[in-house]
Amino acid sequence: MNKADKSILTKSTIERLEKLLVVFPEKKSIVLPALHLVYEQFGYLNKAAIAEIAARTGVPDIYFEEGANFYTMFPIAPVGKYLIQVCHNISCTLMGADELVRYLKEKLKIEVGETTADGLFTLVTVECLGSCGTAPVMQINDTYYENLTREKVDRILEKLRRQE
Amino acid sequence: MSFEPILLKPIPDDDQIDVYEKHGGYSALAKALKEYSPEQITQIVIDSGLRGRGGAGFPTGRKWTFIPKDNTKPVYLCVNADESEPGTFKDRQLMREHPHLLIEGTIIAAYAINCHQAFIYIRGEFAAEARLLEKAIAEASTKGYLGKNILGSGFDLNITLYRGGGAYICGEETALMTSLEGGPGYPRVKPPFPAVAGLYGCPTIINNVETLCNLPPIVANGADWFKSYGTPKSPGTKIFCVSGHVNKPGNYELPMGVSMRELLFDYAGGIKNDKSLKAVIPGGSSVPMLTGDKIDVNMDFESLAEAGSMLGSAGVIVMDETTCIVKAAYVISRFYQHESCGQCTPCRQGTLWMYRILHRIEHGKGRTEELDLLLDICDNIEGNTICPLGDAAVPSVRTSIRLFRDEYEYHIKHKKCMVELGPRFE
Ligand SMILES: Cc1cc2nc3c(=O)[nH]c(=O)nc-3n(C[C@H](O)[C@H](O)[C@H](O)COP(=O)(O)O)c2cc1C
Ligand code: FES
Repeated sequence: MNKADKSILTKSTIERLEKLLVVFPEKKSIVLPALHLVYEQFGYLNKAAIAEIAARTGVPDIYFEEGANFYTMFPIAPVGKYLIQVCHNISCTLMGADELVRYLKEKLKIEVGETTADGLFTLVTVECLGSCGTAPVMQINDTYYENLTREKVDRILEKLRRQE
Repeated sequence: MSFEPILLKPIPDDDQIDVYEKHGGYSALAKALKEYSPEQITQIVIDSGLRGRGGAGFPTGRKWTFIPKDNTKPVYLCVNADESEPGTFKDRQLMREHPHLLIEGTIIAAYAINCHQAFIYIRGEFAAEARLLEKAIAEASTKGYLGKNILGSGFDLNITLYRGGGAYICGEETALMTSLEGGPGYPRVKPPFPAVAGLYGCPTIINNVETLCNLPPIVANGADWFKSYGTPKSPGTKIFCVSGHVNKPGNYELPMGVSMRELLFDYAGGIKNDKSLKAVIPGGSSVPMLTGDKIDVNMDFESLAEAGSMLGSAGVIVMDETTCIVKAAYVISRFYQHESCGQCTPCRQGTLWMYRILHRIEHGKGRTEELDLLLDICDNIEGNTICPLGDAAVPSVRTSIRLFRDEYEYHIKHKKCMVELGPRFE
């Protein structure tokens, strides 16, 4: 597995992985940080990447699998380029999260859990994002969008479409 | 009606170390290392009466003394930056605006407990805040506030940032440690308490972000200064997170014991659209609701307990007359059902049953006898679980039925909300 050309991990991912190995008193602690690395590179928990990390680090892949099942932040299969995560917990619900979800469904013409045909947007609901004072809130990939209104949502989607 | 915040000082660019230093930043650390022994720092914190801001209100200095005196293992400090209690968003603002305050507080705590490796466990979704903290840690290391022989004191400390994976349960201190060790975040049975056998089996102190941010001002100004704010049993200031139907939602740092009426009406601008107040959850979704006529209560640990609720994480969730209580309880039950780690039966099954029943009622398929069944499930979860997540799922549902039973009955009978829901998202 040392042959860099066979790796599906980027050089940066590998470097960061190697750094992780010297940080923790016990090697198993790299499980969650490694899942983050895979998520960052692939946008979901790519199985082959996890297998490669297990092989490279000697941390059994069952631990990564356990983590992948437990930690809900990482999609386990490919999703749209933009993962729209709408908070539907209490403060956001009080400020209209349901209508926000409905509006997004109408605009994107998909149901919650689905991806648009062009592969650009996936819509999901999530629990409290820790930003309840600026409800309603959604997170797209790792960026927060707060105090949402229809107009703001229109602008955000428009901008992301243009960036493609 | 104005109060100068101590933690949430309105200093622009305070995330930059030179700005932070210019306003006195890291001088408390210098003072701590130069003038006090670790035991003296612990004593100052005990004398200050500082209580944990993560929800339980445990005296911070006392917690530190639980590390066995004859310990020979490494001691770890875990900063709890998992902030996932619905209605709570204070630690995020602290980390965004004043990351160095947290770093400085962390170093002071580590010094007091003789710890050389600290971890900041930050919830995974806080990516921007994680980047800010990474930068702050790097800046502090460059300046000699972290690393070997800090400010020539002989004290060494390394801080490592650890990002969570989107699981509320990992904010619970024992789950946080199992997560950090690389496993799924399953809570552990206590005892042993973390201070005795925690992370990697070593003595470990877990403290909340806001708790640690209080340390630099306490060391700089002394225990008596700290006690000049707040109430005798709940000293200091507290960041109250106000969300929901108020004109000015946001974080308000005020002395402990401020009245809820003042907080909601003078600071948070009153109820939106001049509606009347129906109910408040004063301490995050895990604590009992109070009806809107009960807001002449002081916001401190003791007063809220007397009033039948809890200060918890001080996430004040405000619901006006257009709120359907059934819907509110349903949304909260969905959260606990989703976040239960599944390890123990009363929590795993109990939260699921509560959610299913509330789902039925909310969707017009409920039966009146299910209200007592819900209360019965509450009784059977409470006190019967490994960690307090199960207990946390109970109060909102229980109090919503006790205080608003008529609304549930209406919902069941008429298959719709008793109140006219207001427009929200425009
Ligand atoms: C289900 C659950 C979730 C929790 N989440 C958090 C959290 O996100 N942040 C936090 O500081 N404490 C949280 N706590 C409390 C911690 O277990 C612990 O008491 C706290 O971090 C101790 O720090 P303190 O003494 O400084 O308050 C949670 C507790 C439970 C039971
Ligand atoms: S309830 Fe939506 S961010 Fe907290």
